[in-house]
Amino acid sequence: GGCRAPLPAWWGLLRGLLLAVLAAVSCQGNSVERKIYIPLNKTAPCVRLLNATHQIGCQSSISGDTGVIHVVEKEEDLNWVLADGPHPPYMILLDGNLFNRRVMLQLKGTSRVSGLAVAIAKPSPPQGFSPGLKCPNDGFGVYSKDYGPQFAHCNKTVWNPVGSGLSYEDFDFPIFLLEDANETQVIKQCYQDHNVPRDGSGPEYPLCAMQLFSHMHAVTSTVTCMRRSSLQSTFSINPEVVCDPLLDYNVWSTLQPINSSGKVDPEKEVIIVATRIDSHSFFWNIAPGAESAVSSFVTHLAAAEALHKVSDVHLLQRNIMFTFFQGETFDYIGSSRMVYDMEKDKFPLRLDNIHSFVELNQVALRNDSILWMHTDPVSRMNESVEVQVRNLLHILSNSSMGASVTLQEAGYSQPLPPSSFQRFLRVRHIPGVVLTDHKTAFQNRYYQSMYDTPENIRMQYPEGLSPEETLEYVTDTAKSLAEVATVVARALYRLAGGANNTSAIQADPKTVSRMLYGFLIKMNNSWFQSIIKPDIKGILGDVPQHYVAVSSPVNTTYLVQYVLANLTGTVVNLTKEECLNPEKTPSSEKEMYEYAWVQGSLDPNSTSRVPYCVRSTVHLSKALSPAFELRQWGSTEYSTWTESRWKEIRARIFLVASKELEIITLVVGIAILIFSLLATYFINAKADVLFSIPRDPGAVAY
Amino acid sequence: PALGLFLFTIARDPLRIIILIAGAFFWLVSLLLSSLIWFIAVKASDPRDEPLQKGLLIFGVMFSVLLQEAFRFLYYKLLRKAIEGLVALSEDGCSPISIQQMAYVAGVGFGLMSGAFSMINLLADALGPGTVGIHGDSQLYFLTSAFMTMVLIFLHTFWGILFFHGCEHRRWWEIMAVVVMHLTVSGSTFCNPLYVGSLVPSYLLMAAAAAWAYLLSGGSAQNLRRFLLCK
Repeated sequence: GGCRAPLPAWWGLLRGLLLAVLAAVSCQGNSVERKIYIPLNKTAPCVRLLNATHQIGCQSSISGDTGVIHVVEKEEDLNWVLADGPHPPYMILLDGNLFNRRVMLQLKGTSRVSGLAVAIAKPSPPQGFSPGLKCPNDGFGVYSKDYGPQFAHCNKTVWNPVGSGLSYEDFDFPIFLLEDANETQVIKQCYQDHNVPRDGSGPEYPLCAMQLFSHMHAVTSTVTCMRRSSLQSTFSINPEVVCDPLLDYNVWSTLQPINSSGKVDPEKEVIIVATRIDSHSFFWNIAPGAESAVSSFVTHLAAAEALHKVSDVHLLQRNIMFTFFQGETFDYIGSSRMVYDMEKDKFPLRLDNIHSFVELNQVALRNDSILWMHTDPVSRMNESVEVQVRNLLHILSNSSMGASVTLQEAGYSQPLPPSSFQRFLRVRHIPGVVLTDHKTAFQNRYYQSMYDTPENIRMQYPEGLSPEETLEYVTDTAKSLAEVATVVARALYRLAGGANNTSAIQADPKTVSRMLYGFLIKMNNSWFQSIIKPDIKGILGDVPQHYVAVSSPVNTTYLVQYVLANLTGTVVNLTKEECLNPEKTPSSEKEMYEYAWVQGSLDPNSTSRVPYCVRSTVHLSKALSPAFELRQWGSTEYSTWTESRWKEIRARIFLVASKELEIITLVVGIAILIFSLLATYFINAKADVLFSIPRDPGAVAY
Repeated sequence: PALGLFLFTIARDPLRIIILIAGAFFWLVSLLLSSLIWFIAVKASDPRDEPLQKGLLIFGVMFSVLLQEAFRFLYYKLLRKAIEGLVALSEDGCSPISIQQMAYVAGVGFGLMSGAFSMINLLADALGPGTVGIHGDSQLYFLTSAFMTMVLIFLHTFWGILFFHGCEHRRWWEIMAVVVMHLTVSGSTFCNPLYVGSLVPSYLLMAAAAAWAYLLSGGSAQNLRRFLLCK
């Protein structure tokens, strides 16, 4: 090679440029890490929730919990984990059918289990599965030792007999749900290759292991974690909040517009129609809630649409308020907040304005098309309330004439099922009725669980349909819910003082089936995309879940708001500027209406949409438990549910080596170190012996 | 071993430390350049074509070896110039360090940097709870990587001595021998996970290079015998 001059000056610049280029391009992930770990991506953790006195859920150590995988598919496999296995602690891969209270309490009691991964059971367990309580929201409804003690604590009727209460237990190891059957198969294959005992003796290293990270920051109870969070927020520059209250927004809308910033005249009477829009399951953000939430609010939306089409709406004597409560699963967060706001005059309506209350709860699984009407027997002992309730029941029964829905009374001996109406009854004896498909215990055998899916409400689509066709296909479930909506709409019309013939009031099954598809199967469909604001179209994820989270509003609330606006509002001819700033337009009546600029549907041949302005009476009201407003974190009167914060949640599988191999590696390394130090020292010391020529290289200093 | 060499032979003399660090840096720059070429080649090609990717990897490795040796040559040229400067600065007209010592230190520098790059990311992943093997690789991955790194550090040291000696005395066949040895050792790693195919030849080559460097540095068989017996 030729002689080169010392490095030229521009070489430094080139080096800097090279480094910048290399830093800017993305790294593909360390390949050694990929040799060791297989990450599990489609999982859902179980997180910690806290209320005034307890913590529920699961916790892992701060650097994850590791354990040797053991697949438990029948009860006998548990013995290996609990007693026989030679390599505790174990990480169990549990078949969904074994995920019940008995097995879980056994695992809770032992220290040989470091975590659990549950594979979702397909098909759903036939005997039913509900991790909720047998008596949901007990203690926060209306029945207590002071009011109807014979009905308190489900003494008379156990509403959820399948309920195991698993969601409300506290586990000190992490529990994850494996949603993807392929990942479950990978884990089982790893187990088969490495962990299965051969010839009666234990399996040999290397063993297949799993690590789960789900460290939760909050402990003990809401009182403790909110106290710590408030201390942090007050005194620290970089506050570390440890838990957040569950909060979201209620959606409400009135048939005749009212001034939402003022107060309604005390003479004006309002009928409240209510449903809940949230659900829960053992795992975080898994809450399909088909029967427990979606069926009822979809019916409610269809009834609202049917009523708005009636011509003499503005002539009705009483107004109707369609209310969608969020957070009802957690001790009635939304409804308790609305009652509190009404009492404290922070809501346009007051409790005096309420004429009656109709609630829809779980209406999809009707037996012989019977819909049951539940009333509160304690308040009916008052004569005036009894008269109004009788009237209400009579109107409801009349409205079902000619429809294929039969309405029957549940009777005096039955208390009210868990419902938002109970919160209103706590403060005022309002005449009201709760409509359900069950007389005593729930028909829903998967109440508040991950199996409360469209299959649970018998929604079936024929094979081979495209997403658009599936959106438009009218299922039998949709038809039956539309019938319920028709009956409810007709009854409300009569209740509100309408005098005309009600046979024209019909709920549209097509709308119902589109809503069912959107809220249960695929949120990201063309109809939903056309009715939402342009800048939130990123929120439409894949599988819809209806959990009231801590960041608000959640997808469900947004969509209920915009669907209600679409079904009950009118399209007005305003430009985007006018629509987004209605106070500047003189005739907009900003207090009465809400204006929303929605992106419109896609032109069939182009990629652009035609947006328009919708005027509706749909409003949001905050659904945060009054306990947090009043800072009474130990309150037994209002819901105090909070969710813990966490840093990272992930899961991965890998092989672990035996302790012997690790020790050998370490010892060999130390031995080579010591030997080389000694050898170098001696060579250095005797260098003049080794290298005889004076002009020598290597280890000698002159 | 690298730590031992550093502690006992290099750490005392600041000039040697400077040469060591500079040598390490030269190796690093050569690696950067060769990885840039390989990266561009990979991005420009189809990632799903397995034989092509393997071929690109082999090409990348060979190119990297050639580039490393080229940088060793560059460093030799630099050090030659440096010796003239040192002679000018010294009081008695002799350089405080000879070119052979520089050769040894440069080799250790190259070896240290190459070893660090080979081992650091492995060590970072070895800290986790898992070990290699879930995709079917051998469990002895970490051990064999450690041994391979050690042999490479030694080899770089001996190649430094051989290479500079060849440049000094204009013996091009010595330089060619170093390049060929380096190519052989790097190529043998493609035999992995058949570890016997890569470790055994590398250790044999290391022994050969060690003997050759020892002879070039003024050792001989009698010296060796005297050293071992006088112990």
